[in-house]
Amino acid sequence: MRTLEQTTKEVLDLAAKHFQLPAGSLAPGDDFFKKLGIDSLQTLEMLSRLENHFGIELPDYEVQGVSDFKTLAERIQSRL
Amino acid sequence: MLDLSQYQSIGQALKDSLDQFANEVCLIEADREREKERLAYRDFKVRAHPLAKGLQGAGFSAGGRASIIMTNQSKWLISAYAVFFTGGVLVPLDYKLTPEEQWQLLKHSGAKFLITEYPIWRQLCTSAGSSAAADLQTVLVTEAPANADLAGALRWEAFREAGEPVFILRKRHDTACIVYSSGTGGRPKGCMMTHENYLEQCVALTSIYPFWPGVRYLSILPTNHAIDFMVGFFGPFTCGATVVHLRTLRPEYVREAFAKYKITYVSLVPLVLKNLQKGLQVRFDALPSGKRRVFNALVAVNKALTRGQPRPGISRRLLKQVHEAFGGELRAIIVGGAFTEPQTLQFFYDLGIPVANGYGLTEAGTAITVNDLKPFRADTVGKPLPGMEVRIVNPAPDGVGEVIVCSKTVMSGYLNDPELTAETIVDGWLMTGDLGRIDETGHLQLSGRKKNMIVTEEGKNIYPEDIETVFESLPVKEFCVFAANYIWPKRSMVGEQLVLVAHLESGQQYSEELKRDINARNNRLLNYKRIHGVVLLDEDFPRTASLKIKRNLLAERLAKFEAAAAILPL
Repeated sequence: MRTLEQTTKEVLDLAAKHFQLPAGSLAPGDDFFKKLGIDSLQTLEMLSRLENHFGIELPDYEVQGVSDFKTLAERIQSRL
Repeated sequence: MLDLSQYQSIGQALKDSLDQFANEVCLIEADREREKERLAYRDFKVRAHPLAKGLQGAGFSAGGRASIIMTNQSKWLISAYAVFFTGGVLVPLDYKLTPEEQWQLLKHSGAKFLITEYPIWRQLCTSAGSSAAADLQTVLVTEAPANADLAGALRWEAFREAGEPVFILRKRHDTACIVYSSGTGGRPKGCMMTHENYLEQCVALTSIYPFWPGVRYLSILPTNHAIDFMVGFFGPFTCGATVVHLRTLRPEYVREAFAKYKITYVSLVPLVLKNLQKGLQVRFDALPSGKRRVFNALVAVNKALTRGQPRPGISRRLLKQVHEAFGGELRAIIVGGAFTEPQTLQFFYDLGIPVANGYGLTEAGTAITVNDLKPFRADTVGKPLPGMEVRIVNPAPDGVGEVIVCSKTVMSGYLNDPELTAETIVDGWLMTGDLGRIDETGHLQLSGRKKNMIVTEEGKNIYPEDIETVFESLPVKEFCVFAANYIWPKRSMVGEQLVLVAHLESGQQYSEELKRDINARNNRLLNYKRIHGVVLLDEDFPRTASLKIKRNLLAERLAKFEAAAAILPL
C-alpha cells in the first residue's frame, strides 16, 4: 500500500508529464488551476489519467472544489 | 406536446405528461460506461408520487420552499416534480458553490426542506456556515452509505409514503422557483420565477427547437441553471422526450454518450464548445494531406448547400465520420450561459452541426433571443423569440444602447429586494445592463456591458461586490473590485476579467508581502472568481454620505489611465 507521500509524488510526476513540464517543477501546495493555467475541463482530463494510473474511480463530487495537489492526493489515497 | 396555454402551473403540466407519455422513456442515467437507470414516464410516476406523499406527510404544503442541491441525476428531476406536485416553490442551488455560499442562499431563500446528495450534505455539515444556518426543517439525502452518520438528515430513498398524494394546483402568477442568478457573498439575487414564466418560455423555445417522443437530450449543464432546467427538464417532459444524465463529466464519457445514446440535442457552455472545437481541429489537422484536401472540399460543399438553412440529411451524408462521432442524430448544440465567439459557431455550422446560439438572462426566464437558423448567422445572437419584445434604449450613433426586454417570461422580482427589483424592472421592461444593437434583419448583436460584472466562459455570472469579502481587512487604505470591462469598455464579451483597485496608505509601497497577501486571499476564491490584476490609485475613492463607494465615479476616474499599463498582473 502506498503512503500519502508516495501518492502525492506520483500525482505530481503524472501531472508534470501530462502537461509536459519538467519533473519536480510542481509542489504539493500548488494550485493547479493557477500553476498550470488550466480550466475545469483540462482538470477532468488530468483526473482521468490519474484514475488510470492508480486503478481507482474518483467520483466528480470527490474532487469538487479541490484546487491543490495535496488535497487531490489525499482524496486519491482515501480510495486506494 | 401538451398545449401549455391550457395550464396554470408547472406541476399541472408535468402531472399530465406522466400520463400522456406513460410508455415513453423519460430518463436514462449513466455512470461512466454503465447504464444505471432507464425510466419510462410511468416509472417516473411510481418513484415520484410516494415522495410527494412523504413530503405532504412531513408538512410540506402550498407555497412551501424546498431547495435541491444535486448533480444532474434522475433524483433531481423526481424531487423537483414532487415539489411542484405538492404546490411548493423550488429553490435550485448550484452544487458547485462552496458550502458557505450554499448555506447563505438557503438562509436567504427561506427554504425549510433541503434535498441533496450525501457528499454535499457531508460538506455542508462540516462548513463554518452551518452555525448560522438556514431554518431547515427536513433534509433528505440521496445515496448515503449504509452506516453513514446523516447528521439529522433522512434517507431520500426511504422517505416515501404509500397512497396517492394530493395534487395542489397553483396559479400562473404564483412563484414556481427562486433562482439565484448570482450574488453570493454580497447581495443575493434570488429571481422569483412564476409558473407563467416557465410555461411561456417553453412554448417560445419549442416553437424553434421542438422536442417530441424519441428526442434524446444530453443534460450536462447543471440543472439548477435556467437553461438546463428548461431544455433538460420542463421542455422535454412536456413533449414526451428523453433526458440523458451522466454521473461524470469526464470528456471521454461525454463523447461516448453522444454515440451510445444517439443524442438529439445537448446544451453546453462556450468553454466546452470551444474545447470540442479544439479537439476536432487537432484531428482534422492530423489527416494525411490527401485526405485533408478531400475533407476540406466536402466541408466547402456542405457550406454551400446549407447557406440558406441547415440540411441535416445532406450534411450527415457528406461528413459522415464527423456526424457519427456525435451519434449521427445530433440536430443542434444549444449554447448558453455566456457569449460565444462567432468563429466557433461558424466552425460547427460548416460541419453541418447548427449551434443554437442565443441570449438570455435568468431574470428573463432563460432565453430572449435565439438563432432561428433561417439563415444561420454567427455574428448575432439571433432574433427575439415569439412573445419577446426587445428594444434598445439611448442608442449611440452606431445604434448600440442598452438592451431592454418585455415579455411574460420576465421574473416577478428579486426575493426580499424591492429596491433592486425597481431598478431592474422599469414600467414592465427588464433592464438587462447589456449593450447591443438590432440590425436591419431584426437580429440582436451584443457588444458589451453597462453593468459592473463579468460572465465567464463557463457561464458563471460574477459580480465584483460578491468577492470583495475575501479581501476585507487587506492592509491598504481602501480597495474595491471591478470588472475591467466596466472601467475600460472594449465592446466585447469574451475574456472578461476582474481587477482589484487599491489605494495604499500614505508612504506605503506595493510590496512583495502585500502582493503575497492579495494572492493568498485570491486563492481562497473558486478559480473562476479570481481577480487577474491590481490597479493602484493614489487618491481617495469617491463616496456617498453613508460612505459607500461611488463605483461609477471611481470607474470614470480610472478610465483616464491606459488599461494595459494600469493593471499590474498578480
